[in-house]
Amino acid sequence: MLTIKDLAVKFPSRFGDVTAIADVDMTIKPGEIHGLVGESGAGKSTVGAAVIGLLAAPGYVANGKLSLGDTDLRKLTPEQAHEIRGDRISMIFQDPQTSLNPLMTIEDQLIETIQAHSDVSETAARTRAVDLLEEIGIKNAAERIKAYPHQFSGGMRQRVVIALAICTDPELIIADEPTTALDVAVQSQVLDLIRRLARDRQIAFMLITHDIGVIAQIADRVTVMRNGRVMETGETPQVLGAPTHPYTQALMDAVPPLDHRIARFRVPEEDTAGVVTGNAAEKWLLEGQQYALTGLTLQDICVRFAGPRTSLFRKPEPYVALKDVNLEVRPGSIMGLVGESGSGKSTLAKAITGLITPSSGTMHLGDDILPDGKARSRHHPSRQLVQMVFQDPYSSLNSRHRIGAILTEPLWFYGFVQDAKERERLAAAMLELVGMAPDAVDKYPHQFSGGQRQRIAVARALLARPRFLICDEPTSALDVSIQAEILNLLKDLQAMFGLTILFISHNLAVVRQMADDTAVLRNGVIEEMSATEDLFARPKADYTQKLLALTPVMPREWQSEAVTG
Amino acid sequence: MIAFLKRYEGLWLFVHSPAAMVAALVAVLIMIGAVFAPWIALVNPYDLSSFSLFDGLLPPVWQDGANPKYLLGTDDQGRDMISSILYGARLSLVIGIAALTIAAVLGVGLGLAAGYYGGRFDAIVMRIADVQLALPAILTALLIDGIARGILPAAMQQDLRVAVLTLAIALSLWVNFARTARASTFVQMNKEYVQAAIMMGQRPSRVMFVHILPNILGPLLVIMTVDLASAILLEATLSFLGIGLPADSPSLGTLIRIGMQFLLSGEWWILWIPTLFLVALVVSINILGDFLRDVFNPRLR
Repeated sequence: MLTIKDLAVKFPSRFGDVTAIADVDMTIKPGEIHGLVGESGAGKSTVGAAVIGLLAAPGYVANGKLSLGDTDLRKLTPEQAHEIRGDRISMIFQDPQTSLNPLMTIEDQLIETIQAHSDVSETAARTRAVDLLEEIGIKNAAERIKAYPHQFSGGMRQRVVIALAICTDPELIIADEPTTALDVAVQSQVLDLIRRLARDRQIAFMLITHDIGVIAQIADRVTVMRNGRVMETGETPQVLGAPTHPYTQALMDAVPPLDHRIARFRVPEEDTAGVVTGNAAEKWLLEGQQYALTGLTLQDICVRFAGPRTSLFRKPEPYVALKDVNLEVRPGSIMGLVGESGSGKSTLAKAITGLITPSSGTMHLGDDILPDGKARSRHHPSRQLVQMVFQDPYSSLNSRHRIGAILTEPLWFYGFVQDAKERERLAAAMLELVGMAPDAVDKYPHQFSGGQRQRIAVARALLARPRFLICDEPTSALDVSIQAEILNLLKDLQAMFGLTILFISHNLAVVRQMADDTAVLRNGVIEEMSATEDLFARPKADYTQKLLALTPVMPREWQSEAVTG
Repeated sequence: MIAFLKRYEGLWLFVHSPAAMVAALVAVLIMIGAVFAPWIALVNPYDLSSFSLFDGLLPPVWQDGANPKYLLGTDDQGRDMISSILYGARLSLVIGIAALTIAAVLGVGLGLAAGYYGGRFDAIVMRIADVQLALPAILTALLIDGIARGILPAAMQQDLRVAVLTLAIALSLWVNFARTARASTFVQMNKEYVQAAIMMGQRPSRVMFVHILPNILGPLLVIMTVDLASAILLEATLSFLGIGLPADSPSLGTLIRIGMQFLLSGEWWILWIPTLFLVALVVSINILGDFLRDVFNPRLR
């Protein structure tokens, strides 16, 4: 049983010690899955690292009690701590790509770990390794064990990581975002496995995640953290169903529900105030509506990439990223596009924006033909009418340019505003419209958080006076409360300016909140397309049904009431 | 104060790195001396009337028989060592910086374009770069020297020696810039801000120079300092081997070559003082380059 009491971790810096976490209390009983949830920077991973004794230097445990059973984890010598790691406490990391050694077979890695902690022969260790792999659900384990990590799929690899973690019969496993890098189908298998291990082997799990859906699905108890402090802790149904702390309440409000649609997310007031100002920008955008609502039609779009060359003399087999995609985005509507990683969602966005040239098919923007990537001239009107909000707000803004320079670029580039002063004024007004302080024009992107940067990215897209906006996973790099704000903002702007939006996401719940119509993409093929409410209520394609069934959901009664209006 | 230091991380690292500060001091002193050589130096080593053979082979002041007028002694022509070195460093730095500028403009331009366009253009530029890398700098210099001798009239050859030398050094250094610029450009091409600029329909030259270039300046600046040291060394090597500048307009390398004749004859200062000077200059520039690399690469911190 893990006991944490008054834990504080500090990081010395040249400007004095920085307190990363303080006053953290937690107990995890054998067989219990304890969820540790919080947004980025909350200090959840620091708790895990402190327990296993692997705090990034120069961080140190400044105060508190850390014990596993009768062992005081703070009194251990480095050698003893090394003994305990892997033996009594194990760790599962986020990314199965990098937590396995790519040059060693699975067999060697398992045997190495088993022999490091118990004095057994290689044959015995191998038998145990095979049994372990069978136990975690790898078929043909005796054969598959000879494989290298790259020969396994992502989910299988994460299973192997789990096998490595349990091969020494630990009392406690710290799982740091174990399913964040995985698709929903694989995620649900890995979560099932964790639950089974907790039940059958009585292993205590510390499950660190930002995903409240995952917590709701498997955690027995949950601790909510923010800025290095515990906000609330208790049984999962009680904390998530009837949160007492306002932060937990706000967090729950921001989680998009999968089973119904809410008009707006309820977010703390101070962040929504901006939407009503920025009149100058609003007026400018509205007077620029010389085009009516603009839809987009894709007919039989195919995209092929050159595949790996297998022979020097034969042409490489093409890799088909999109196959006969037909899509109709109605003017003024939001079309949601969902799919797992590798399904071709981003490829479709790039084909529309002209970064990729489709090998066949036609695209229409409104009534006009939209030329393919290479055939589209630099001055084609679609360059202005179609704008995009990217996934990663850290790379979509040029870090060497002032916000003012970034925002005024479309204004002079498309020839909207000739006067430089007027451009700056408009950029500042647009910042207000997206809910930011107008003095941001003089700052650089690194001075802003991810959510603020995404607002700036939205402002840049709007300053091109677009009629069609592509949002490629605009919130998947953001925390859930920031996601709620950005989704609210997009909804408001769409209603205000009659934009047509293609909203791409892997998150079904988000798409349900945003989209009027939804298309499900799988391996480059559209599996199903219909009105969002229909698709979620009565999914026709097997794949859609499977996706919906596997996405972690919260019981209805835990969810906060929808904000109507 | 703390806020100020936090803002200028590089400055903070600088004042906490004695090696970098000493190196900067040495480099700056040498550069000031070189730039103001005509005003500081006792004699003009290029002007035969300003020195006299009667003052030849005087040792530095701390040895017997020295003339206190010549602090570090004189060479066999009677030229003041300090003056020769300052003028020589001036010439070395001019050639080094000019060669570096040509190499940087050529290399960064080609590297950016190769990274931006990719495909066939990239392949052609990089194969040329590979060929260039396979040729030792001295061979390149000999080749250009030979061509210059062949096509230029004899009267111009003397005047253009500096230009020929500069071009030869630039040609052997541009590859570094091209490779680094290309690799960094590849990284930036996948960034979404570049895609956004391309999507807007901006001119390729604007995407390359306004959007990408400021983001890849860090590694290029490091290469610049390190290559400045290489350029100076290369010039010294070529001059030492006699391909570079003649004895009547000595650079540091020429001075060392002249000094070689006195290596075993007791007049050690004629060789050792310019050599030590060259080493000090190159080492301090290299230390500064290393320091800059640390500043620009947060992972090494």
